[in-house]
Amino acid sequence: MNVQVQPEKLTPKDFASDQEVRWCPGCGDYAILKAMHKALADMGVRPENTVFVSGIGCSSRFPYYMATYGFHTIHGRAPAVATGLKLSRPELDVWMVTGDGDALSIGGNHLFHALRRNIDINILLFNNEVYGLTKGQASPTSRVGQRSPSTPMGSVDSPAEACTFALGCNARFIARGIDVQAKELGELFSRARAHKGASFIEIIQNCIVYNDAVFADFTEKAVAADMQVHVKHGQPAIFGKERNKGLKLNPKTFALEVVTLGENGVTEADILVHDEKNRVLAGLLAALRPPHFPEVLGVIYCDPAPSYETAVAAQDAVARAKGPGDLDKLMRSGNTWQVT
Amino acid sequence: MNLQAKDIRGSAPDGAPVQKSELDAIVVRFAGDSGDGVQMLGSQFSMETALAGNSLATFPDFPAEIRAPTGTTYGVSAFQINFGSRVVKTAGDQPDVLVALNPAALMVNYKGLRKGGLVILDSGAFKEKDIKRAGFTVDPRTDGTLKEFRVMEIDISAQALEVAKPFGVSQKEALRTKNLWVLGLVSWMYDREMKSTLDYVSRKFGAEDPIGQANLAALRAGHAYGETHELAGDVAPVSMPSVKVEPGTYRLVSGAEALSWGLAAGAQLAGLELVLASYPITPSSPILHILARMKQYGITTFQAEDEIAACCAAIGASYAGKMGVTASSGPGIALKTEAIGLAISTELPLVVVNTQRGGPSTGLPTKTEQSDLFLAVFGRNADAPIPVIASRSPGDCFEVAIEAVRLATKYMTPVMLLSDGYIANAAEPWLIPTMANYKPFKVQFRTDPEGFHPFVRDPKTLARTWAIPGTPGLMHRIGGIEKDYNSGNISYDATNHQKMTDTRAAKINNIADDIPEQHVEIGDTKGKLAVVGWGSTFGPINRAVHNMRGKGLDVSHIHIRHVWPLPRNLGALLKSYDKVLVAEMNNGQMLQLLRGQYLVDAKGLLKVSGQPLKIVEVEDAIRSQLATQVQA
Repeated sequence: MNVQVQPEKLTPKDFASDQEVRWCPGCGDYAILKAMHKALADMGVRPENTVFVSGIGCSSRFPYYMATYGFHTIHGRAPAVATGLKLSRPELDVWMVTGDGDALSIGGNHLFHALRRNIDINILLFNNEVYGLTKGQASPTSRVGQRSPSTPMGSVDSPAEACTFALGCNARFIARGIDVQAKELGELFSRARAHKGASFIEIIQNCIVYNDAVFADFTEKAVAADMQVHVKHGQPAIFGKERNKGLKLNPKTFALEVVTLGENGVTEADILVHDEKNRVLAGLLAALRPPHFPEVLGVIYCDPAPSYETAVAAQDAVARAKGPGDLDKLMRSGNTWQVT
Repeated sequence: MNLQAKDIRGSAPDGAPVQKSELDAIVVRFAGDSGDGVQMLGSQFSMETALAGNSLATFPDFPAEIRAPTGTTYGVSAFQINFGSRVVKTAGDQPDVLVALNPAALMVNYKGLRKGGLVILDSGAFKEKDIKRAGFTVDPRTDGTLKEFRVMEIDISAQALEVAKPFGVSQKEALRTKNLWVLGLVSWMYDREMKSTLDYVSRKFGAEDPIGQANLAALRAGHAYGETHELAGDVAPVSMPSVKVEPGTYRLVSGAEALSWGLAAGAQLAGLELVLASYPITPSSPILHILARMKQYGITTFQAEDEIAACCAAIGASYAGKMGVTASSGPGIALKTEAIGLAISTELPLVVVNTQRGGPSTGLPTKTEQSDLFLAVFGRNADAPIPVIASRSPGDCFEVAIEAVRLATKYMTPVMLLSDGYIANAAEPWLIPTMANYKPFKVQFRTDPEGFHPFVRDPKTLARTWAIPGTPGLMHRIGGIEKDYNSGNISYDATNHQKMTDTRAAKINNIADDIPEQHVEIGDTKGKLAVVGWGSTFGPINRAVHNMRGKGLDVSHIHIRHVWPLPRNLGALLKSYDKVLVAEMNNGQMLQLLRGQYLVDAKGLLKVSGQPLKIVEVEDAIRSQLATQVQA
């Protein structure tokens, strides 16, 4: 006789597959992977009810290293595959891993529609501002002037901004984290999973081979505290080594400014208090970028709305309330005639 | 009152050959502006005719423009119906009767009418500017243009306006009842019961709606016009006895309906819920519309952002353990090809419906063609075989859709189902199937972790096991990268890739053992000539071969359903004929396939006009093939 045993508490290791990880040594992806293993263990999810769907690119190898269900699909199309999956099986936790090229170039259309439909999947966009797997071409988030094999004289493309894009798509959950900040990433993963509807997390990720140190102006230890602001709902946007800097809304220009507490009469009361349900504020925060502003990290926007698969399931339920359809009856409905 | 001389002019020239391909049957073609409601007129007349027990086939022939400028030739919409007291297999080569609701409709269609045929005109629509706009330099009623036909002029516009008066509808609405007026007249001509149309109009507008009442009045008035005018001669009511067919309950069915129901039936037989992910495209959209209203049958539909997403979402659904289906037409299928490759590589079931239309590119969206055979069989990067099956008629779509689901689930593979614009829109009487007569093919999802990896195969079918997310102990990763044969993990090993490629090919080739051997539709299994067709050319080929055999010619008809893999015996069968003629609506794709597979010296009867093959075209080709044989 089988004895039903309570599933044991899983550890981060239980979420690591037996496959050898094949990212370059020093790649930021390792840290994200580790953070995910730990976050899932902390959340107490079941690996059999968890699916990682990815597109193509370095980041999209992620599912192979998870001891969950995983689907490594085709370039740019992960949102569409994940949509079909979630629509079919709303009870599953669906995570999607993508990169800046996969999500914002070839898959831009699908990302847009997954976000605006608000299907309950957790989208992780690893942004390293470069095409890694194809050896270093400029990506849609590369900065103007970036030299690469495809832009030998420097990129002349105006870059896309992931969180601003997501906001424009009507995403209801937008967050930003950094690959090596495991604790913060874990919190974002947990928030994203808890959020019903599409969750979008941009993860700043360092490509050590093709775009090393491109984020150094805000990730280097020496400058991090002064160049990162970790926003939290209901708390003032204060940052800096001395915790004496803050973001302040200038009501005349309707723009955010960096101010120093104690200077020019600025007090904590002047500092912007983050309201993650404020879409206008989210737009201002998402657009702040170094070097003139600190990088905004944390949950930038979270304002839940009914999710797509819930609405679809509700319609299906209404239609099925009278019991299952009978094909024989359907085919005999309307005008028929007998031949004897 | 007898019909006046001015009402009917001309008569069939004495001794003129009546080129009716099907005796005991009549072909009527309705034509008007795309806003005249010609399709509704046609489909309601089809329903009346079906209920009268006649055999019938229809051909809705409409423009891509929704409402083209009125009176233009490119805005003409037509509906052709062939009906008879014997089994009708095509919508007819040549109309016997043409109803033209304006000069443009006459311009586009009069040349196709059989000599001696009847033209019914709405004289109220023949104003000088309308005539010019249609491209006639002089009034075609006066210059002999129509001298080979009998012409009946009725001011249908005036009749419709008059009839609608008591209901207080606008002039525009009143004129829009012309189609019902014509339907009334034609119903009288062929002794049709109008009850189904009366019900339809009442249902559509509601009993109290003045527009509905005007339409009903127009229908009755058209009928009364026929009665009271005692239209003379050939226009007198024709009574057509019902056709002798297999007993049972019948209905009219279009290809899109039968295909949608067949998909639902297939999923039911497989024990799966169905998820259809599609993007709107002509002429495939009706499948999305029909299935969207069938949620209570375990069906979920998803209108995706584009064709690629539609295919990918269907793949996601199959991965989740549903029957993922995507439906489109040529240009959309082209977009899906990379995703189909993913389903091939991950060996997930998927049904891809391709309702073919004229191409390349946007081509002729509302016209029919069979030119996606190469796309279906070969149109993917790398060695990527999938089964391809083709439907031959509207009703046959039901059977073929079930077969597509069966193959997809049993062999864990995408299957392409080829229909076309003609089949999708055409309707035919259909002996309604009974679900209990179909053998279920229930899918078993893997649950046993013992010895599991995602590419463990059934030794007989070579299909991989299907383990779905949510199953404890079977967590695994799949993707488009090559898999190791023995573990399912990614592998770049050279010999492994060879083995996996060979295995994928063998899996599809093995399907040939699981499909019926090719049979011969009519004629002997050997002889002088076989006419080979596939898909919607069934009707014209079958009738033509029947007719030519009646004239003593040694010709057989072979019709291929399983386009890939081909039936095991097909090569030997083709070689048992002196000659093989492949008749298809493309530039020789099945022809090339058969020549390549079997090294048979087949010839083609190839047509890409956007119009269905005609019986007479096949007959001529048969005569020509057999004549050259005699000379040789």
